[in-house]
Amino acid sequence: MKRKRNSIRNHSAESALFIRRSIVFFLGILFAVGILVTNLYYLQINSFDTYKTRSNANRISVQTVPPNRGLIYDRNGVILAENRPVYSLQVIPNKTKHLESDIERLASLLSLSEDELSDFKSKNRYSRSFKAITIRDQLTPEEVAKFTVNQHLYRGFSIQANLKRFYPFGNAFTHVLGYIAKINSRDLEKIEERGERARYQGTHYIGKLGIERYYEDILHGQPGQRQVEVDSWGKVIRTLNFTAPTPGKDIKLNIDINLQLKAQELLGDNRGSIILMDARDGAILSLVSAPSYNPNLFVTGISSKKYKELLESKDRPLINRATQGRYPPASTIKPQMALLALDEKVITEETKIFDPGWWVVPNSKRRFRDWKRWGHGLVDVFHAIEQSCDTFFYDTSYKLGIDRIEPFMRLFGFGEYSGLDIAEETKAIMPSRDWKRTRFNQPWYDGDTISIGIGQGYWTVTPIQLTKATAMLAKRGQNIKPHILNSIISAEETITPEYEVTQAVKLHSDRYWDVALEAMQGVTSKRRGTAYRSFGDAPYTVAGKSGTAQVINIKEDEVYDAEKISERHRDNAMFIAFAPFESPEIVVTVVLENAGGGSSNAAPIARALFDEYFKEKTSEASTPEPGL
Amino acid sequence: MVSTQAQKSIFYRLHIDPYLLLGLLALMSISLTVLYSVGGYEMLYRQVTRLAIALTAMIFIAQIPPEWYQRWTPAIFLICVLLLVAVLVMGHTGKGAQRWLDLGFTKFQPSEIMKLIMPLMVAYYVSQYTLPTRFKEGFIALLLIVIPTLLIAKQPDLGTSILVASSGIFVLFLSGISWLYIGLALAAVLAFIPILWYFLMLDYQRGRVLTLLNPEADPLGAGYHIIQSKIAIGSGGLWGKGWMQGTQSQLEFLPERHTDFIFSVFSEEFGFMGVLLLLSIYLLLIGRGLWIANQAQDAFTKLIAGSIILTFFVYVFVNIGMVSGLLPVVGVPLPIVSFGGTSIVTLLAGFGILMSIHTHKRFNIKR
Repeated sequence: MKRKRNSIRNHSAESALFIRRSIVFFLGILFAVGILVTNLYYLQINSFDTYKTRSNANRISVQTVPPNRGLIYDRNGVILAENRPVYSLQVIPNKTKHLESDIERLASLLSLSEDELSDFKSKNRYSRSFKAITIRDQLTPEEVAKFTVNQHLYRGFSIQANLKRFYPFGNAFTHVLGYIAKINSRDLEKIEERGERARYQGTHYIGKLGIERYYEDILHGQPGQRQVEVDSWGKVIRTLNFTAPTPGKDIKLNIDINLQLKAQELLGDNRGSIILMDARDGAILSLVSAPSYNPNLFVTGISSKKYKELLESKDRPLINRATQGRYPPASTIKPQMALLALDEKVITEETKIFDPGWWVVPNSKRRFRDWKRWGHGLVDVFHAIEQSCDTFFYDTSYKLGIDRIEPFMRLFGFGEYSGLDIAEETKAIMPSRDWKRTRFNQPWYDGDTISIGIGQGYWTVTPIQLTKATAMLAKRGQNIKPHILNSIISAEETITPEYEVTQAVKLHSDRYWDVALEAMQGVTSKRRGTAYRSFGDAPYTVAGKSGTAQVINIKEDEVYDAEKISERHRDNAMFIAFAPFESPEIVVTVVLENAGGGSSNAAPIARALFDEYFKEKTSEASTPEPGL
Repeated sequence: MVSTQAQKSIFYRLHIDPYLLLGLLALMSISLTVLYSVGGYEMLYRQVTRLAIALTAMIFIAQIPPEWYQRWTPAIFLICVLLLVAVLVMGHTGKGAQRWLDLGFTKFQPSEIMKLIMPLMVAYYVSQYTLPTRFKEGFIALLLIVIPTLLIAKQPDLGTSILVASSGIFVLFLSGISWLYIGLALAAVLAFIPILWYFLMLDYQRGRVLTLLNPEADPLGAGYHIIQSKIAIGSGGLWGKGWMQGTQSQLEFLPERHTDFIFSVFSEEFGFMGVLLLLSIYLLLIGRGLWIANQAQDAFTKLIAGSIILTFFVYVFVNIGMVSGLLPVVGVPLPIVSFGGTSIVTLLAGFGILMSIHTHKRFNIKR
């Protein structure tokens, strides 16, 4: 150690000093403890009688009464999430006469399993005798009846009614509604952060995903309070004061049950996603992600084995593909690309390019193939969109460059959150020079732009982004905010939020919109259009665009099953469309993983959905009952 | 402190002080007894896990010789201050207060480490000079204390900043700074109180102090906790109501029964005699700690040992003072007994340092 001041250190003097100071402190500590002890003596010995009396008279206890959670309806008023009464059997051990023999008799009455019995025994061992123990959680009506008839034989046993969340349509709405589940320590932390601990007292469940999570604040409600008089063992004698809880508000969704079930049916065993949205205001009519799972499992508490199964399934049912699935947009973004090219005067309506079946980067030998091997011949912008000609867009995007493409596509919502009222959403990737520099520490190459031109390469989008972008095409650049919530309903009022519509994309001429949209109509109505086979005979007008994406899987970390590789490497099929062409009402996005070509696989599904939508519009459709 | 040669050598070689260990185990047994009473088997189990982790940390730290601490103290202190700045700039906001730094895999609270490193740093600095510490060194040491304290107070975390500041100030006191300066500082603090009250405190803060002075003024509101706590303690009487028989705690009149107000539960169920037993254990631990400090071989280790044990007493005093209505409720746990993870690890790490000091002697002092 360095000696900065005195080279000679008097250790014994230092020790003596330290001992003196220590003694001073120890005396100080004794003095402080003396104060504590005096105060405690005063409390426990001198004032014992006073406090003992006060403790015995301490009979007013304040209990929290949790609010009922708000219900969720579809746009027709069909209930999608409800609270069902469930009955549980409880016992307060010190109120029974012969606990062991009672339990044995009960075991034969309700045929309790070995597990339930041993579970009860361990609970009984480790809990205080005046606390209720649950024997069975969900009694069937028969069991309730059986027990009620014999109740007089079982002193100390009782049936408690509680409300439990129930999703009558099971897996059809999981990716919209999400679910509620038991509050865990992470939720508790968040509740504390928001300073809402008092509000969640007595509440055991909280929204974990989807609408249940996003609108937790609205659905939850405010707890009430009950001031009760209790006896010296805590048993409630009477209620002195009761403030009723304010139940959570009900929520009406824009989702249409018929369209939702139809979409789910059409998806079948495919992995993928379907979204139907009102083009005029962004109301989501249907949002499906497949495969799905039963949300009711999570309400009652899913077994870890089952959860592991869901978590590790290579079909990834837990992922909401509509908002979290990242797919290359493929040819579905060609209309936007054409718009940009027209607006930047890179092409005109009359520009024609010869497509021999491939395209070469100028001054290099690198070839990019068209999907049509023998080429499309001489193509203009209409032809290029209708037939989804790749060569035309290789050339166009090369001329545009990524620095013009990226900001323009962001205006359509690519690479941004869609604003949907579901918290589980990814922005996917709208690549740029900076992005590639940060992500891979590599410069941007021309070849990268060429792939972007046909919606491949680094570019990924989510189905909800595609839906929003299609609606913005249909509404000629108006910013549409997708939303599932229709209105919030409480006893006093119904609130329907309004969404502001702004002009997000401004072009130099309105004619450019005409070109892109007419070409999209050509996709479905002209004989050469890629979706003519699905829409040629439609009784309404449709504008659409197909897309067939080479696969980059949703998750980079997916482990490949050797046997499945070939199937999982098949192309993703996509189709976006809106109808009617003249005054757009509805937008459809269909994404099917590894299903092959977009026009042959995804377009027929879009057609079926449009049919359903227009059929429902003309006739009063009946609302289905939950199929359970 | 007589021990047989064999006993001493085994523990000595393991770098464990048997007396401290015994005292700590006694406190832990009390903790588990009370926790079982308020929280049942589950809480007992959770606390056992935490205690196991904390004990492991203590034993690990006891293996590191004090020279190592001395070498690394300035660097760790500096890093810690930087982390505190980082927390203020980009920390994770929990409960409206920024205390946590998100490291990706874990969230981490630099102020908790500051509790340990503060006395080490001040001791490191003042032990460079001969004791008693003079005015100039004392002043610089004060700056070392004030900067992190303000950083923590700004998070805002008043309870921790008080503990951090006092751990540093204890080192200064122990280093023999003149009573004149101590007196002057005290006078300055006392003079500051009226200014604080009339000009700096907000209404709600004044309200808390007033509640302390007269809890009965608002029995169902702000004064509720403190009244219920006093009823629990008072109704315990001489021998208490018996284990698991405390009506105040079992019927949930008491708030925070397993953390800050665990002393009230203990007093209710075990009475004044139980309280005396508990306080005796604390006093014995503190006495042993001070003895270790005096046995230490150089100024640095003496100072940190003394400061660690005195800070431990501050916990005890503030916690019991607040639940029995002597001090405002400021969220300081009853050391080792209260349920909780981080505070127990930090506390036992401190005891690990004490054991390290006591069992890494370079030469024998002739007494």
